[in-house]
Amino acid sequence: MIHATSWIAVLVFLFFAGSVLAISFYLGSKAKSASGYFAAGGGIHWAVNGVAFAGDYLSAASFLGICGMIAFYGYDGFLYSIGYLAGWIVALFIIAEPLKRLGRFTFADALDNKFNSRGIKLAAAISTLVVSCFYLIPQMVGAGALVRPLLGFPHYVGVIVVGLIVTMIVTTAGMVSTTWVQFIKGTMLVLLCAFITVLLLMRGVTTKPTDAGGNEVRILKRGVPAVEVTGAAGATVLPEEGAWKDKPYLRVRSSAGVVAVWHKDGDLLSEAQTLTVQKDGRRLVNGLPQGKKEGEADLAPVGYASKLPGGVEKTGPLNPFGFLRTMQKSEVILWGSDKIAEADGSATTVYYQKPTAGADFMAPGSSPTFKKVRSKKLFDKLDFLSLMLALFCGTASLPHILIRYYTVKDQISARKSTVVGIAAIGFFYVLTLFLGLGAMTSGNLDVTDSNMSAPLLARSLNEFLFAVLSAVAFTTVLGTVSGLIMAASGAVAHDLMTSFMKLKLDEFQKVRAAKIAAMCVGLLAICLGILFAKMNVNFLVGWAFNIAASANLPALVMLLFWKRTTKQGITAAIVVGMLSSLAWILLSAQAYKDVYGLDPALAIVPFSQPAIVTIPLGFLVLVLVSLMTPRPEEQGKAVPAHA
Amino acid sequence: MAGVDFTAPVTKELEDAGVVAHNTRMGVILFVVYVLFYGGFMVLSAFRPEVMSKPFLRGVNLAVVYGFALIVAALVLALVYMKACRKSK
Repeated sequence: MIHATSWIAVLVFLFFAGSVLAISFYLGSKAKSASGYFAAGGGIHWAVNGVAFAGDYLSAASFLGICGMIAFYGYDGFLYSIGYLAGWIVALFIIAEPLKRLGRFTFADALDNKFNSRGIKLAAAISTLVVSCFYLIPQMVGAGALVRPLLGFPHYVGVIVVGLIVTMIVTTAGMVSTTWVQFIKGTMLVLLCAFITVLLLMRGVTTKPTDAGGNEVRILKRGVPAVEVTGAAGATVLPEEGAWKDKPYLRVRSSAGVVAVWHKDGDLLSEAQTLTVQKDGRRLVNGLPQGKKEGEADLAPVGYASKLPGGVEKTGPLNPFGFLRTMQKSEVILWGSDKIAEADGSATTVYYQKPTAGADFMAPGSSPTFKKVRSKKLFDKLDFLSLMLALFCGTASLPHILIRYYTVKDQISARKSTVVGIAAIGFFYVLTLFLGLGAMTSGNLDVTDSNMSAPLLARSLNEFLFAVLSAVAFTTVLGTVSGLIMAASGAVAHDLMTSFMKLKLDEFQKVRAAKIAAMCVGLLAICLGILFAKMNVNFLVGWAFNIAASANLPALVMLLFWKRTTKQGITAAIVVGMLSSLAWILLSAQAYKDVYGLDPALAIVPFSQPAIVTIPLGFLVLVLVSLMTPRPEEQGKAVPAHA
Repeated sequence: MAGVDFTAPVTKELEDAGVVAHNTRMGVILFVVYVLFYGGFMVLSAFRPEVMSKPFLRGVNLAVVYGFALIVAALVLALVYMKACRKSK
């Protein structure tokens, strides 16, 4: 879909980005020490830190990916919201205080507090870098997805702009400016989403949605008898041959030579939309060149209810329960897609209507990601269980979240800021269900891009709201990416260079090393963001959680609760957890399909989410290696009971 | 300012072993409570999906109500934990 450039959005974004950079430079002129750079001098107020947790954590994936997934498939996207929030329980009850007690700048500090082992430092630093990079990819992809409709620029421009701004934020004042960027973004995001939810509930649900200009959205045809289509003057039915054979489509060439595709629903037909990318890169929509001018066509905005409870056309304002009840009892036109490779080298994606009952999409298992949960086979359900486990265990293992515990002054502040974080994040995740379902029926979705659902929902309400929301979403990317780059640069400068390589750097050199590392990671993030442009951002975040949970959680938990843990055990658990989960992901059906473009059936591992195997594996390796190596006290240092 | 010298020992907060033990125990107990609640959600979704799609509260199905409850429970348990934790003297 081609989106009109919103100049208000550009202005609002420039204002946000400019303010953020100004704050960064101001704070950068004040903070000069290593402690100031890496941990904001431990002087951030707990309430600010709590909101910054929300700003750090509510990434582009949470915001764009979840809303998009709910808008396209229903309840399944909300499963991510639940898992992402539940993970905070592990962070608060198990990890927060000991981590604050044991460490100083990075989570490698805490792991290594007892042992002073170079092996642990190296393993923890590498795991921080790997997890941060995996988490960076979806953020950068999200940035690109946003800039395309905003400015009309290609995807890579968004990626580069975000990469440059964020690198500037991080290199000016490190954790201080990062914290304030996240605080501002967290506040704006939660408040704005709450405001949109209120507007959404006041609007209610309708079968005839309008756009921001008040014009009725075109409802695509359904239930059309085949004769009406094939019998039209000059129409020719194309034979079902090649890649179109045995597909549920009817292709009809009009007298003007344009080919329309219809989806067969029994004897009746429903209007489909097609996007063809020709060998030379030219794009055709429904057989015409893609564009807004005369003789061109663009994909129609989609997403509306086809039946509402009681057969009404419009519900009017609804309360939150009423809205959810209405959605459960409605029928909504969702969209399926089917990619067809033509003999001439072009590829056509057919988007077809899928009328779906609320009772179906409001329960787990309606999306391709989770559909196996409805299978009768136990093995099929493992993918779902594994992802829910990864989300639960992953939050407390994410390095960029863990380093935020070092920005407050003590354990009580760490605890309080986590509670504030949970409140803000939990509230936001409740809103995601409303925003997603609202987008689903907003009449304004882009059938090719689920990540745009939330901003387009805002556009259906008000053009200015769209501008502000898009700008906030863009700032969202800035907040999370700066946290990630901060974590990665800390791992390089502090864990690798100072602790592992034992380089004798003075404070100025350490901060400079961290800034150079931040620039390198920023550059890497730009490259990765361009390479992975096509993937659903939320799925990528799921992977990052899998790796984080598999590599870091066994080491963190066992260090705290098992006295017999040895440094060799910790190092082995991190290395095995990281490599096994990474290898599993790279050999999964999802990677075959989305990364290599191969047939997913060829994938070596049985399901895509590794956590259910690799987290227990990490624990097992840690226990075995610890038992095989001398007790920690015999190796020099003892582990106290409540370490 | 702390952190000028990376090799200096970490300055520890004054902590009382009894307080740390108490807080750790509270954390573990509340964690187990939440794990059981979350585990119930995973098991129901995976093995009894038909139960999840039945209306449960004010016409809203169990999947949605349970999901909201998990979010609210996280906040409630976090507040309980804050109250239950002791401060070091």
